[in-house]
Amino acid sequence: MPIPRFWREIKQRYKGIGSRCENCGKIYFPPRKICPECRRESFQKMEEYELEGKGEVVTYTKINEPHPEFEMLSPYIMAIVETEEGARLTGHLVDADIEDVEPGMKVEATMRKLGEESRDGLIYYGYKFWPLDR
Amino acid sequence: MKPKDDVGIKGYAGYVPKYRIAPKEVGDVWGKDGELMGRSLRINSKSVPSPDEDVVTISTQAAKWAMERAEIDSDEIDAIYVGSESHPYAVKPTATIVAASLAASPNLTAADYEFACKAGTAAFQTCMGLVSSGMIENGMAIGADTSQGAPGDALEFSAAAGGAAYLIGSENILARFNYTCSYTTDTPDFWRREGEKYPQHGGRFTGKPAYFKHITNCTNKLLKETGKEPGDYDYAVFHQPNGKFPMKAAKKMGFSKEQIEPGLLVTRIGNTYSGAVPLGLAATLDQAEPGDKILVTSYGSGAGSDSFDIVVTDNIEKVKEQSVPKIEEVISKEEFISYAKYAKFREKIHDGGA
Amino acid sequence: MTEVHNLRDVAIIGIGETQIGELWDKSLRELGIEAGLKALKYAGLHGDEVEKLYVGNMSAGKLINQEHVAPLIADYAGISEVPSTRIESGSASGGMALAEGYKAVASGMEDIVVVGGAEKMTDVGEQEAKDILSSTADQEWETVFGATFDSLYAMMARYHMDNHGTTKDQLAQVAVKNHANAAKNPNAQYPRETSKKFVKNAPMVADPLGMFDCAPISDGGAAVVLCPAERADSFDGDPVEIVSLGQGGDHMAVHERRDIGTMKATERAAKKAYKRASVKPQDIDFAEVHDNYTITEIMAIEDLGFFEKGEGGRATEEGKTELNSDISINTSGGLKAKGRPVGAVGLNQAVEAVLQLRGEAGERQVDQPGYGLIHNIGGTGASAIVHILRRWS
Repeated sequence: MPIPRFWREIKQRYKGIGSRCENCGKIYFPPRKICPECRRESFQKMEEYELEGKGEVVTYTKINEPHPEFEMLSPYIMAIVETEEGARLTGHLVDADIEDVEPGMKVEATMRKLGEESRDGLIYYGYKFWPLDR
Repeated sequence: MKPKDDVGIKGYAGYVPKYRIAPKEVGDVWGKDGELMGRSLRINSKSVPSPDEDVVTISTQAAKWAMERAEIDSDEIDAIYVGSESHPYAVKPTATIVAASLAASPNLTAADYEFACKAGTAAFQTCMGLVSSGMIENGMAIGADTSQGAPGDALEFSAAAGGAAYLIGSENILARFNYTCSYTTDTPDFWRREGEKYPQHGGRFTGKPAYFKHITNCTNKLLKETGKEPGDYDYAVFHQPNGKFPMKAAKKMGFSKEQIEPGLLVTRIGNTYSGAVPLGLAATLDQAEPGDKILVTSYGSGAGSDSFDIVVTDNIEKVKEQSVPKIEEVISKEEFISYAKYAKFREKIHDGGA
Repeated sequence: MTEVHNLRDVAIIGIGETQIGELWDKSLRELGIEAGLKALKYAGLHGDEVEKLYVGNMSAGKLINQEHVAPLIADYAGISEVPSTRIESGSASGGMALAEGYKAVASGMEDIVVVGGAEKMTDVGEQEAKDILSSTADQEWETVFGATFDSLYAMMARYHMDNHGTTKDQLAQVAVKNHANAAKNPNAQYPRETSKKFVKNAPMVADPLGMFDCAPISDGGAAVVLCPAERADSFDGDPVEIVSLGQGGDHMAVHERRDIGTMKATERAAKKAYKRASVKPQDIDFAEVHDNYTITEIMAIEDLGFFEKGEGGRATEEGKTELNSDISINTSGGLKAKGRPVGAVGLNQAVEAVLQLRGEAGERQVDQPGYGLIHNIGGTGASAIVHILRRWS
């Protein structure tokens, strides 16, 4: 991913900064400029909102055939996580045994390396999840 | 070096990756008696970072928990210093990434330190100076490493990963820094040249003229300047490249096994370099009571030591109720791996791709 | 939904497709030309009668570093003067191109329109081709975190299994059925039968999906010729009418969808198509549905209304989707066994529907079908298109 394209989203990837619709109160991650529920009523009413980083697994998979960038982590677990604020996101589930993973499992965000441009290139960091009771 | 005004630890926490490798596993690959090596180094296992962990991620996790413990907001942090000998970038500060990940950016000062294994305590001293001079309110000092030993080298039995973060300030402190001093020489016992992946070391030269000389001279200097004796302390934490050196140094200086044992983590997690003394101190604080006195001496190759005289305050009681994980909780989560997996995790083998 | 008035009926009067597979000796332009010329020949037309060309293509830019492919194909077909446009909507590019062709004819703008689809996927390595498929998912909030295209569908499968009791056996049965159909299709990439055991024992790609739950990487092209139905009589045989189309949309990222086991885009597209055609799901005799993974077919036959939500796996296992059973699904072999030349898929489906409706499907012929439906999904389901077809008389 080109440097500016990653850099632009650093706040979201490091800190889980999403947005909250001041019209209906719904919280979105990644942030949106328009609330899909309120549409025009939400225009210019979307405020930054920091997610706590806690949530639970909605569904998951263990990847055996990863993208080459993730080869060193293979096999690894990907999950869709619903945060306590109701936003949903996709992330890597680390330090977990696939046998223990199930829908509803409590998880927490932690920062890890997401990848790198190349061996001499930029390193990308961002959120992953680990079991709350590791 | 006596701080001008009250300065101490407002919050602290440590993080150690959960993977472990046993000395036997390493020895078997290189035709060495790993069990014997482990016994002589007094290392039962060492921590191994996952491929997606490095000094940035370890520092961030420890710092996040340290802030929770200190109960302060990210915008109250005025300085972040990260000490390590394995910063992910040769040029591009770890501290900026940690600052952004804590949402402490942009109104703070930040920099990386390198002084082999004592870069973390160098950060302590910097924060102490800035706080006690009144220049800043709160400074974050971090010591963390994901050190590497060359395949087959003796360091492979010990070089581990972990780190701890300290929030240093003057109010609501859990423990006070009464005094600090350093002892610094040009002693080439261990180094890594720019662009090289693995460090080199002087073998047995790393012992007497290096570790022992600096640790004892610095500790004795602190005792002399503060007019204290080893028996005045409830606990002592010394740098721990293996389990043998700190025991031997402690004995020689007149400290007991009981004083150093709570902070002696090397036997379980290996040598975490810049993270070693900060983690050992954190484990000690986890079990300290108000009024307890702690002596700390780090050692960094190249070479130097920093000593600290610390007294625990009444505020330490609140640590017991907090949900922030204690060091024991963190390091008791362990998963042993094979040398093959270790070699993959530490990129001793890689897929040849990007 | 706006009621559409005064549209002309649109007929398909020509079809053509290439062999699907790893076609090492064929380039993208050759695939496009071969399919187009076959379709024109089928219709008994010449290139100079073509008024407009639409090309469905997903990712020539990444797969062969060639953008602007519609005029390229027109040029090498010898009709460089014909206006041409490429349509892209991920793996639904072919279906969306067909929709544009339909609109051009229905609106009265054009009379003779060729809609082609072509994709050349094997000029890059298999891994790279898969990564390019992944680029139809959200790059900034899915793939950068390590999600592969396979894994996003695997999570839908896991969700469907957890919420509806769908089993790995049922998933495998989709592959078994589609391979059985492909065995009767000479253009299929894998014209051979397989067994449930073989599918289930394949290496895992992203749990619960194994290698044979996934459609292959393919080269191929397909094309149709459209004209106003009133003019169709002047061509050979009974033409096929596109009765209606419906398109649907949904959130780009899978995680944004509340029910990951349902594709709202498919439901929305189908609802419009049924309404415009004044038919019900029960009226459909056969359907070519998007089965890039086995789970996708199970979700599709539910979301298209052929079976209740959660019943797709069971229905498949009970043989209700086999050739000439309750409803014949993917008689061509589907993406799974006929192959997946991504941008051509929607047109491969149209070709199959025409063969079935004209009684030209040979061994895999559905008994006297009335209505056929084709269903094409973009990416992980943020776009979908449904066409309903029947024999015109």
